[in-house]
Amino acid sequence: MTEHPRAVLALFVAVAVAIPLVLLSVAWLWRRFFQPAKPSAEKNAIYECGVEPTGDSWIQFKAHYYLYAILFLIFDVEVLFLLPFAAAFNILSTGALLAMLVFMLLLAEGLVWAWHRGHLEWK
Amino acid sequence: MVDFYFNLHPIVQGLLKGLAVILVIFPIGGICSMAERKVSAWIQGRPGPNRAIPFWFAWVPVIGPLLQRLGIFHVMADGGKMLFKEDALPGHVNKFYFVLAPILAMVPALTTVTTVPFGAYVDGAGKVIPLALANVDIGLLAVFAVSSLGVYSIILAGWASNSKYPFLGGVRASAQLISYELSLTLSVVPVFLWINAPGTPGTLSLARAVEFQSGDWQGLTMASWGGVWFIFLMPVAALIFMVSLFAETNRHPFDMAEGEADLVGGFHTEYGAFKWGLFFVAEYAHMLIGSGVFTLLFLGGWNPLPWVPIATLASWLHIAHLPIVVGLLSIAIFLAKVIALIFFFMWVRWTIPRFRYDQIMKLGWQKLLPLAIANLLFYAVAIAVIQK
Repeated sequence: MTEHPRAVLALFVAVAVAIPLVLLSVAWLWRRFFQPAKPSAEKNAIYECGVEPTGDSWIQFKAHYYLYAILFLIFDVEVLFLLPFAAAFNILSTGALLAMLVFMLLLAEGLVWAWHRGHLEWK
Repeated sequence: MVDFYFNLHPIVQGLLKGLAVILVIFPIGGICSMAERKVSAWIQGRPGPNRAIPFWFAWVPVIGPLLQRLGIFHVMADGGKMLFKEDALPGHVNKFYFVLAPILAMVPALTTVTTVPFGAYVDGAGKVIPLALANVDIGLLAVFAVSSLGVYSIILAGWASNSKYPFLGGVRASAQLISYELSLTLSVVPVFLWINAPGTPGTLSLARAVEFQSGDWQGLTMASWGGVWFIFLMPVAALIFMVSLFAETNRHPFDMAEGEADLVGGFHTEYGAFKWGLFFVAEYAHMLIGSGVFTLLFLGGWNPLPWVPIATLASWLHIAHLPIVVGLLSIAIFLAKVIALIFFFMWVRWTIPRFRYDQIMKLGWQKLLPLAIANLLFYAVAIAVIQK
């Protein structure tokens, strides 16, 4: 509706940052002036279903999550190239289409490789 | 009135739009939470929340008891409680990131709303102008790019809580979100392959997708195809998009982020009061945006029926000369579809049991992703053969 839609988008990011900040400040001010702070050892404790927390909260977790993150990175970069391909589909020549077909088969090949190596199995 | 608005400074206009978004999103978040409780009660054969009413309102004859039965006042009580209850900051958290996470959750949710067109304004010459806060030509890309930033808030909340359950919830949720994002993006590429036929301006705009489904698409080579909704042209893509959407919004049966039975509340276990409320509103805003994008891409946007665009409906109802009425009608149709989809979200929640985590990863990587790639290959070849 305005002349610079992306400028509106930029302005909106600022508004979107401001809204939660303002709301949280209002909540903080309310707490500061109308709610006496009553901290206690139990209230500040780590929540573990009501029992005493055991051990450190820096626990070990499956390294498999990292593997999925790396796989995601590989595929997501490839998928990103598909969006300009879709936007330029109207002017692509047959050769370019064949090249994109090869690219998409590479995408499929990457999946087949990861699958074959067993990286997609949640063990 | 309209002229007065357009004569304002663009920055003032932008701020007014921002205010409008808050005034829409926050109450919708509250009403959705109420609707969720009412729908779940209805599905399980319970009355649901129907008690709260301010004593002075109980005197109003018909409306008072009706609003009480609908549980409207529970929404207000919940909102007030969230703002006024003690905002405890647990001693063990990393304070800066703990406060930053809910803010980061809200920013993408509020920003993406602006790029989603929600109605059309048919001017005197019959030209359809889409209504959106920021009608960007990269619509779809903007929605995906910004809304996927939401994953940072989840992993940050889980990490900054410095506690076991939130940490596990955050790690699980982030792995799940990135897994399903691939299928989500791959499933919409065929839609734009179809729209960007030779002789048309290449675009990723969501409004253009609706224009195509209205049948009035300049330089259309396949006239008979115009007006059909994409859910009929590409049912598999629509299915993949829908399933990925459930996973992306952390809804049942994919709510690994919370998983009450094994992780208490997941990434927001240590949160309370208004900070928790921000996560909650952000989740519903994501649902709203996701349903909106699904409606625009696959369900014809603001067109009432397949092959019946909004302009045709306006001429049937003899209101084509009243552009503002037509505009309001298009917004109503769009919102009706979005609300129907949100009801579908709630319906699924009470119908399907939650998946196990390994099942979720298997479904994402070994079922949906190959299906999405095969779907894309099929449509890329088929569309190229048909159009060239």
